[in-house]
Amino acid sequence: MSVVEGKELRIVGFLCNWCSYGGADTAGVSRFKQPTDLRIIRVPCSGRVDPLFVVKALINGADGVLVSGCHPRDCHYSDGNYYARRRLEMLKRFLPFVGIDARRFHYTWVSASEGQRWQQTVTEFTTLIHELGPTPAFPQDQTVLKEVRA
Amino acid sequence: MRVGVFICHCGNNIAGTVDVARAAEETAKLPHVVYSTHYMYTCSEPGQDEIKQAIKRENLDRVVVAACSPRMHELTFRRTVEKAGLNRYFFEMANIREHISWIGENKELNTNKAIEAVRMAVEKVIRDKPLHSTAFKINKRVLVIGAGVAGMQSALDCADGGLDVVLVEKSPAIGGMMARLDKTFPTIDCSICILGPKMVDVAQHEHISLHAYSEIEEIKGYVGNYQVKVRKKTPYVDWTKCTGCGECMEKCPTKNAYDRFNFGVAPTRAINIPFPQAIPKKATIDAQYCRQIQKGKCGVCAKVCRANAINFELPDQFVTEEVGAIIVASGYGLIDQELLPEYGGGRYPDVITGIQYERLLNASGPTSGHIQRPSDGTEPKSIVFVSCAGSRDKSIGIPYCSNFCCMYIAKQAILTKDHIPDSQSYVFYMDIRATGKGYDEFTRRAQEDYGAKYIRGRVSRIYPKGKKMIVQGADTLLGAKVEVEADLVVLATAATAAPGAAALAEKLHISYDTHGFYVESHPKLRPVETNTAGVYLAGAAQGPKDIPASVGQGSAAAAKVLALFSRDMLESDPAIARVNQNACVGCLKCVKTCPFQAIKEQELRGGEVVASVIETICAGCGVCTSTCPCGAIQLQHFTDNQLLAEVNSLCLS
Repeated sequence: MSVVEGKELRIVGFLCNWCSYGGADTAGVSRFKQPTDLRIIRVPCSGRVDPLFVVKALINGADGVLVSGCHPRDCHYSDGNYYARRRLEMLKRFLPFVGIDARRFHYTWVSASEGQRWQQTVTEFTTLIHELGPTPAFPQDQTVLKEVRA
Repeated sequence: MRVGVFICHCGNNIAGTVDVARAAEETAKLPHVVYSTHYMYTCSEPGQDEIKQAIKRENLDRVVVAACSPRMHELTFRRTVEKAGLNRYFFEMANIREHISWIGENKELNTNKAIEAVRMAVEKVIRDKPLHSTAFKINKRVLVIGAGVAGMQSALDCADGGLDVVLVEKSPAIGGMMARLDKTFPTIDCSICILGPKMVDVAQHEHISLHAYSEIEEIKGYVGNYQVKVRKKTPYVDWTKCTGCGECMEKCPTKNAYDRFNFGVAPTRAINIPFPQAIPKKATIDAQYCRQIQKGKCGVCAKVCRANAINFELPDQFVTEEVGAIIVASGYGLIDQELLPEYGGGRYPDVITGIQYERLLNASGPTSGHIQRPSDGTEPKSIVFVSCAGSRDKSIGIPYCSNFCCMYIAKQAILTKDHIPDSQSYVFYMDIRATGKGYDEFTRRAQEDYGAKYIRGRVSRIYPKGKKMIVQGADTLLGAKVEVEADLVVLATAATAAPGAAALAEKLHISYDTHGFYVESHPKLRPVETNTAGVYLAGAAQGPKDIPASVGQGSAAAAKVLALFSRDMLESDPAIARVNQNACVGCLKCVKTCPFQAIKEQELRGGEVVASVIETICAGCGVCTSTCPCGAIQLQHFTDNQLLAEVNSLCLS
């Protein structure tokens, strides 16, 4: 049992500790209501997010993946989010080649004070994923998939 | 492995929308979990005791607490498990309050989500490795950015505590906004009379080195060991020679330079000393207005200067200071009248701002303390004060209250009556916010003893009619339109972040809110700390504040630095990158991507080259880990295995 059938889809979020995780905290403290689908994984920096994490999540059954970091120029680690921006933009263009709808992956920047922006981000992305529906199942015999999944 | 799970009710904060009993029951079934319970307040002393006892009783070797954000209590619980004999990194937190109970309305969905959050934490905690910090030496010098009243207070407190202080001020003289004020509320103390001695103390203190007219160029390093590059902007005057006699200022032929100190109430000279009590009392040339610098002919100041201090070729200079902590007291700014077109947008000379009026009241101001209309120099008899000129106005993006305007308007109304006994002041206000000690009594005095007429309502329009200004507004208590004929209108313009606040925050790696004010670590319990270790906040850089609050924060920030420096060694965060040299192929991509130059190449005995992490410099961002093509460099506590285990716990099951 991962999500409540019929009510939720599987959405995985990677949030940097300093900005976006704090922004999600701020949204919570302000009681900004959000859909419940998102599950948050805390990482120190958006630059820690290996694009492979996103691909693995999507291939293994996530319906959407959201990555959020500090605004460019405001990275706690100087320029970790610049690396994230390059990698994740590349990833977004690469996803259709492995048969994944690129709309299922979104990356954005939310600061620790932007609770409202976080609420909006989560709500919009969740709505989009619900419009797209569950990720179609991948054929199980593809060797590429097996390698990625391993 | 024996994992214990502790689910917190947080009173009703979590238990109200999460079925904690069911969550405990379900999580008890997870692999490796041998004990799962729920408790009213896990962070309380009995709550922490419960964890310690359970570790002993159930022989636990890993602990998961499902409660609030780890940004709140991770350190608390790490200490708890450490006291019970576990490594403090054998602990994970599941955030079921900020990310679940406070944002979701459906109890069933919330409970399910909480169980999943615990499952993720369990998957991570069973892959946690024991980590140990190392101690490193700290440099017990402190940098204070901004020499307004907050920064000066911080600098003096630190210096009195025996620390060496580097004080950097952007403008040519210290004192900040307070040095411009005439009197202070609610005591009507002369501002410069109480600030002046502090300024002298700062200048003369053996432990304070002052860089005036300087800005922060670059900051490198980490808590305990920062390297700060300071740009000393050129004043085109050799300050080591300048005696501050002021003769250059008298003889300078450019008489229309913008006076930054007086907020343009009257023009000044291209070479000037900002005010009589200025510290340092040195002349500065405003290059924008200087005929010699702009057109290459003049040089009058150089001719009259007996100290031979003028140097039109003097370049900016750079100094590097090494410090262990930083206090940011960079102050605030004020909105431009252009944002208020309904009040004239700065077009009418007799509509001025509160700080400009302050300079008119001030004996050392351009009018020597005589209140005069900027348009014709006559004495105004009818003066209208408009509070919230920009503040609490969403339409221009300033929803917040500027904190001190209600009080300074009352003060200015009182002073106006003192200066011009037959004058009448009108104050348009939305609410009177006078919450400090003696503040409400003070605003009442303005009304009752000094006859200021307070009109509750906003001003809709200000326009000229003959020599007068017509102020149109509403009196919401009478429910009527009001029109006041004024000789002078004073706008309490909204306080904003200081110009350049965002750029400074980016150099310091601290966060700022949508308005540019710096964000404290916790709004109630950590008001002067930032989320960057070793960087503290004081004064209005964090949000609009009056003098007592700024001074209080200045001292508080100094106390934090003194506490930090009371030790000789600091403990490093061991959650840093580590290289598996057997797996490293020596491509050294990590060396190139590391934002901190914390990775160097190392030659092994066999001649092969591998990467090696410099422990004290690594900040733990993990950019290297996601760069490494063979997974050889791993950020401890956030390894690929751990993060993938979290992903898989969500997706594969």
